[in-house]
Amino acid sequence: MSVVTNTTTIGAIELPSRRNTELMLLVFAVVIPIFAYANVGLAIHGELPPGMLAYGGGLAVLAGLAHFVVRRYAKYADPLLLPIATLLNGLGCVLIWRLDQSERLQNLAKRSFGAFSESAPRQMMYTAVAIALFAAVLMLLKDHRTLQRFTYISMAAALVLLILPVIPGLGADVFGAKIWISVAGFSIQPGEFAKIVIAVFFAGYLMVKRDALALASRRFMGLYLPRGRDLGPILMIWAMSLLILVFENDLGTSLLFFGMFVIMLYVATERTSWIVIGLLMSVGGAVVVGTFASHVQARVNAWLDPFGCYTTSGACEQVGQSIMSFGSGGVLGTGWGQGNSDLIGFAANSDFIFSTVGEELGLSGVMAFLLLYGLIIERGVRTALAARDPFGKLFAIGLSGAFSLQIFVVAGGVMGLIPLTGMTMPFLASGGSSVLANWALIGILIRISDTARRPAPAPAPSPDSEMTQVVRPS
Amino acid sequence: MNKPLRRISIFCGLLVLALLVRTNWLQYVQAEELSTRKENRRVQIAQYAIQRGNIIVKGGQAITGSTATDGSDYKYKRTYVNGELWAPVTGYASQAFGSTQLEALEDKILTGNDDRLFFDRTIGMFTGEKKAGGNVVTTLMPDVQEAAFKALGNNKGAVAAIDPRTGAILALVSTPSYDPGSFAGNSKADEKAWVELKDGEDKKLVNRALRETYPPGSTFKVVTAAAALEHGVVKDVNEPTDTPEPYILPGTRTPMVNHAQGCEKASLLAAMRVSCNSVFANLGDKVGRDNMVETAEKFGFNNDKIDTPVRAFASVYDKTMNRDGNAQSSIGQFNTAATPLQMAMVTAAIANDGKLMKPYMVDQLTAPNLDVVEKHEPQEMSRPLSAANAQKIQQTMVDVVENGTGKSAKIKGVTVGGKTGTAQHGEGNKKRPYAWFISYVQNPDGTSPVAVAVVIEDSNADREDISGGGLAAPVAKAVMDAVLKSKI
Repeated sequence: MSVVTNTTTIGAIELPSRRNTELMLLVFAVVIPIFAYANVGLAIHGELPPGMLAYGGGLAVLAGLAHFVVRRYAKYADPLLLPIATLLNGLGCVLIWRLDQSERLQNLAKRSFGAFSESAPRQMMYTAVAIALFAAVLMLLKDHRTLQRFTYISMAAALVLLILPVIPGLGADVFGAKIWISVAGFSIQPGEFAKIVIAVFFAGYLMVKRDALALASRRFMGLYLPRGRDLGPILMIWAMSLLILVFENDLGTSLLFFGMFVIMLYVATERTSWIVIGLLMSVGGAVVVGTFASHVQARVNAWLDPFGCYTTSGACEQVGQSIMSFGSGGVLGTGWGQGNSDLIGFAANSDFIFSTVGEELGLSGVMAFLLLYGLIIERGVRTALAARDPFGKLFAIGLSGAFSLQIFVVAGGVMGLIPLTGMTMPFLASGGSSVLANWALIGILIRISDTARRPAPAPAPSPDSEMTQVVRPS
Repeated sequence: MNKPLRRISIFCGLLVLALLVRTNWLQYVQAEELSTRKENRRVQIAQYAIQRGNIIVKGGQAITGSTATDGSDYKYKRTYVNGELWAPVTGYASQAFGSTQLEALEDKILTGNDDRLFFDRTIGMFTGEKKAGGNVVTTLMPDVQEAAFKALGNNKGAVAAIDPRTGAILALVSTPSYDPGSFAGNSKADEKAWVELKDGEDKKLVNRALRETYPPGSTFKVVTAAAALEHGVVKDVNEPTDTPEPYILPGTRTPMVNHAQGCEKASLLAAMRVSCNSVFANLGDKVGRDNMVETAEKFGFNNDKIDTPVRAFASVYDKTMNRDGNAQSSIGQFNTAATPLQMAMVTAAIANDGKLMKPYMVDQLTAPNLDVVEKHEPQEMSRPLSAANAQKIQQTMVDVVENGTGKSAKIKGVTVGGKTGTAQHGEGNKKRPYAWFISYVQNPDGTSPVAVAVVIEDSNADREDISGGGLAAPVAKAVMDAVLKSKI
């Protein structure tokens, strides 16, 4: 008698596609931000905001389009990813609009740049472009394994993207970090896109080299050390992430890349020694950078004692203000539009947007947001588990791992859990590159999850199987 | 590859968990501390976000106001009606320089943030009414305050007047004073006014009535008299004491100087009338340091928690000095120091037949709609002396005003008791002495509507007791007159 064990997560039975679930969740994800928008308008101006219908309609149309594309091109995709991203993006627009209404920030902008321009309409436009990009990813990328072909091209592309901001004339030094380039009046943060591109390279490279890395190694002090020629690219990544940090003052991105690589390496080789080596290397890197880069030292000091250098150092003041935002929010928050998170100053709607959540929505709101992010990560990891090909697995875990590291680094930074690094909170923070890159990331995860959850094609009837069944020992 | 994937998923979960723990720590455990940090401008922003409630004096007149400002984080600015007159009562609430006294202590009521206004705010949420601040209704009488302020004139000094029956503070004046409205905002002009006041020689910001101690001089003799009667050293105020002339301070060769004649073996009544130093030094020595401390403390000395609710500085009667120090302290010199409020409390206790009522100046706290949130009930603080002994001292104090050094406080038609004092000041008595006068008015039924203490820092006369009687007594008289004439 044969025992049937289901070793894959995918059975041959027709799975429900869950598209209708997704639609219901999307309705929810559109209605909530509209209420939030009304809430801000009532709190600040005492009336419903004039653009409420246009805004709500716009969000609904965008969500509907995205849903249609998923229904058409990725029928079996995970039903949670799109609604959560829509909800976060919608609430992010409301938060940005709320900060646009702050007189304090308007005056600050007038003093520093001579004029104030609203960020919310721009963010809506970026959102529209991002959802178009999302749709394009789903339509053009029929199978994520196609990307395997571009392994080394991706590496080159990632390097170029990362180096762009340092090129004189192209890069723009904004508030000390050289992570922007300006093209035709738009500033782009190439690092955000490099995140995805480099995940392609890692996944492709590791899929090929995993056996070499895992098995062809020497034992040294209880650790398995790989051969030099396999180790080369890894060392290069490490050096690269340090260089990014040194030349572009971008602590966050270097940590993100390095962390993502260690995670993928560990998953590919199943060797714990990689975690140890990765940790050692990052500690080494951190010590070196911490000793030589003064702005990193300033941030570490600000983290250790946010109020110690409060009046003297900008780094301290931001962290201090941010922590006080969270504290002043308390458990229930002050309510949309009723806090003073704009005291943080110029980065209030970008790097520090999560402080506004902390102050105006309180502990309950922050926990809800963190759980939403947690859900995205969880769906991503689940996608990686379900994926049937190693490339898909590595790609999905790389993207989800990077996403979770980014959440941790940004939210941990503004909450004073770890030293501050300048990165954006996905979907919330104002900025085109971030929105575009994260929608592309969601698009790719949806594509992988569609492939993973798609029912296996029914086996072709084989004459042999008939035969097997009738043979009986006698 | 699924095993490491599961581990990575746990790792990602831990990252999110760390954030969840951190936010709970910040927003629940540390929320209170963070939201009230001094660096947190929200505290001031909230303080001035709405029209602040008012401080109101007896009769219903508001002595504060609020005015809208623009171009700043702070929407409203505090204004003051007759700021110089009321500064010792209100303190100040400045957008740039913080707040003090009633403005600081009752801030929650004034800003409408007090928990007891919760229902008010909740109802306001539904009726759409704007949040408003509550009011602080004080016990101060505007006529009396003005009379005291006018009588002090250009002198540097202070007046504290109490209703002995309840402990209600009727007047609290400190001169030279300042206008809290001059630095209520946060403009350049405000800063200039503030710096001038803070660094000025006159110490205008000091509340001399509550928060400055002076040697009480001869006015302290009533405390010594109370101690002598309470501890049985003197039984009859008319009986001669055994004081020699000259009286040599115990354990020294220094004679106690008298400015008056006829102090040898003078009775308590006679000694009080002309203010004999020798007699009271002798009595204080006989009572002994510990008993003197006991009586002084019952009157409120050595107590650093006299909250009206504005906390008064502790008046001092030294607990560790030796015999000759105790003898000198018994006439209000050496280590003895008292606030004007403290001496008013001493007078009030004597006038109220030995019962000292806790001094207070906030009668009611009201909600914006004038509903009473809290009402002060008069409380007994202590009984420094028996009713019989209090009446004996009253007899001597009336004698001081009728026949002694305090004649200038006499008021036609009522009984007035008082005591003068001129306290030496500075090394070797070089600086100008402080002129003191304490007094009370007695109704025909034996109760007393007011007890008052006056101190003038910069008296020109330096002869013992004459300056107290000449300079300070008319001020006290003006205050008592105002209380008697007041229709409120």
